[in-house]
Amino acid sequence: MHSLRLALDSDGTPVITTSGLTKVYRSRGREVTALDGVDLQVREGEVFGVIGQSGAGKSSLIRCINLLEKPTSGTVMVDGVDLTALAGRGPRAGKELRQARSRIGMVFQHFNLLSSRTVQSNVEVPLEILGVSGKERSRKALELLDLVGLADKAKNYPSQLSGGQKQRVGIARALAGDPKVLLSDEATSALDPETTRSILELIRDLNRQLGLTVLLITHEMDVVKTICDSAALMERGRIVESGTVAELLATPGSQLADALFPVSGEATEADRTVVDVTFHGEAATQPVISQLSRTYNIDISILGAAMDTVGGRQIGRMRIELPGRYEENVVPIGFLREQGLQVEIAGDAAGAPLLVTEGGAGNPHLVKEGVAK
Amino acid sequence: MQPLLETASLETLRMVGWSTLIAILGGLPLGVFLVLTDRGGLLQNAAVNKVVGQVVNIGRSMPFIILMVALMPLTRSITGTTIGVEAAIVPLAIGAIPFFARLVETSVREVDHGLVEAVQSMGGNTWAVVRKVLVPESLPSLISGATTTVVALIGYSAMAGAVGGGGLGNIAITYGYQRFETGLMWVTIAILAVVISVIQFIGDYAARAVSRKGRGATAPKLRLLRNTPAPAAAVEPTKAA
Repeated sequence: MHSLRLALDSDGTPVITTSGLTKVYRSRGREVTALDGVDLQVREGEVFGVIGQSGAGKSSLIRCINLLEKPTSGTVMVDGVDLTALAGRGPRAGKELRQARSRIGMVFQHFNLLSSRTVQSNVEVPLEILGVSGKERSRKALELLDLVGLADKAKNYPSQLSGGQKQRVGIARALAGDPKVLLSDEATSALDPETTRSILELIRDLNRQLGLTVLLITHEMDVVKTICDSAALMERGRIVESGTVAELLATPGSQLADALFPVSGEATEADRTVVDVTFHGEAATQPVISQLSRTYNIDISILGAAMDTVGGRQIGRMRIELPGRYEENVVPIGFLREQGLQVEIAGDAAGAPLLVTEGGAGNPHLVKEGVAK
Repeated sequence: MQPLLETASLETLRMVGWSTLIAILGGLPLGVFLVLTDRGGLLQNAAVNKVVGQVVNIGRSMPFIILMVALMPLTRSITGTTIGVEAAIVPLAIGAIPFFARLVETSVREVDHGLVEAVQSMGGNTWAVVRKVLVPESLPSLISGATTTVVALIGYSAMAGAVGGGGLGNIAITYGYQRFETGLMWVTIAILAVVISVIQFIGDYAARAVSRKGRGATAPKLRLLRNTPAPAAAVEPTKAA
């Protein structure tokens, strides 16, 4: 039901599209709905992050995309191929689905390397499955290991590597089939912060160098902040927010934006107006606050602020306090809006951050605004 | 006396060797099949799994001496006789297949499901999963299982001796029990003990050799050759905090 809206919002060719994706697990008479009508679009060449707490359905989602899990209903299209149609009725994956899978790389939280094989041999596994000849396999594997910076470890066994190195092998292996899409299942969750950063950088580089489209799931907001162009928030099997980072920031009451750029602070006195201002693009570099102060001759206190670079662009949020009630500040607030800033009055929007309600009607108005930017 | 023991030892080795080979050839696929057809397996099929599992259970629970008698018609149709080394190989092998199959099942079940997923995500079919993941990753454990099977077969082969199957068991019974030649009986026991020790040693060594690549957790421990390395982690000062 939301697919039309999402389709209108997106520019660029979608490489992964799910519509109405539902997964229900049945065990001993109990039913657990892991995915509840997920509509997702990942555009070509972007890094798309799905964030959510454990149990939100992220894992089921990413496994439904290459059909490691068979969705109960709904469709999955990857690179123009309807995978759900290829899956057929039986529990086993047919030849066509397996061929399609070989063009989707996947990396795992626990690396899932074969301990009985060397690093190089691990990278060769997908090539063996594809029926590539021995010589060519070896050439390709070494090339990929070079790409991920592990050329000197080719003859080592996974047990001799550190976590970060193991994940690099996992990434090299995922790239062996020249995939267009890389699925990352909590790829950095088992790594320390330093290693996480280097792995994310690697994924970012591959995304740029190879034009690889990346769908990653994570529970770490930092991952989204570091490399994602777009993000979606999952709760109880549903996508409750989704869009590019800029779109999310431009969405009033966006939980993701709040989480990415948390601002806090209470009004110091009753007769004050608290305003959340979001800067991005051009406006981030303008001295807007001092202009506001000079133009209207008002004192502004900053209660809280967060600034960062997301996808190479400066983005920030700030909570400021203006003297007087809202009614008295209509004009200055209008000024801020004119400067191209996203302005929210903390009293109504931030005071009650749109907690996600269940049911279609309460589904938050996600990426409707901000698209023009 | 010596040629007698020599012949008997060779007979035992022949019986055990052939039946082990057949037990592995039959038990390995059977054990893997049990895992694949089980709940959550790649070929999940509750009915087939139950039937095959039941057949294996019956094979496992039947006392070997009864199995041997029960299989006599089959043995006769295969080897043309029900006595002698060749005739003993048939019930030994058939008895050992379900035994080894259960050991294989346990070993293969230990393999991390994530590895199966990884190969599936590359487009591998069930056969690729079996060949590239299930068997190689459980190999040390499979070798230990095969060793256990060989040792069990040596025990069974002595029973085969009781009904004229030949081998060391036959010597121990005909000379030691029926003719009160206790000395000879002790010699056969000693030979069996040595043979079993050697087999266990070789099995452990092989399992260790293939798991040296760092499987760690599933690797069987070889007490004999274990050189206890100082745990590196314990040496580091832990009072940093």
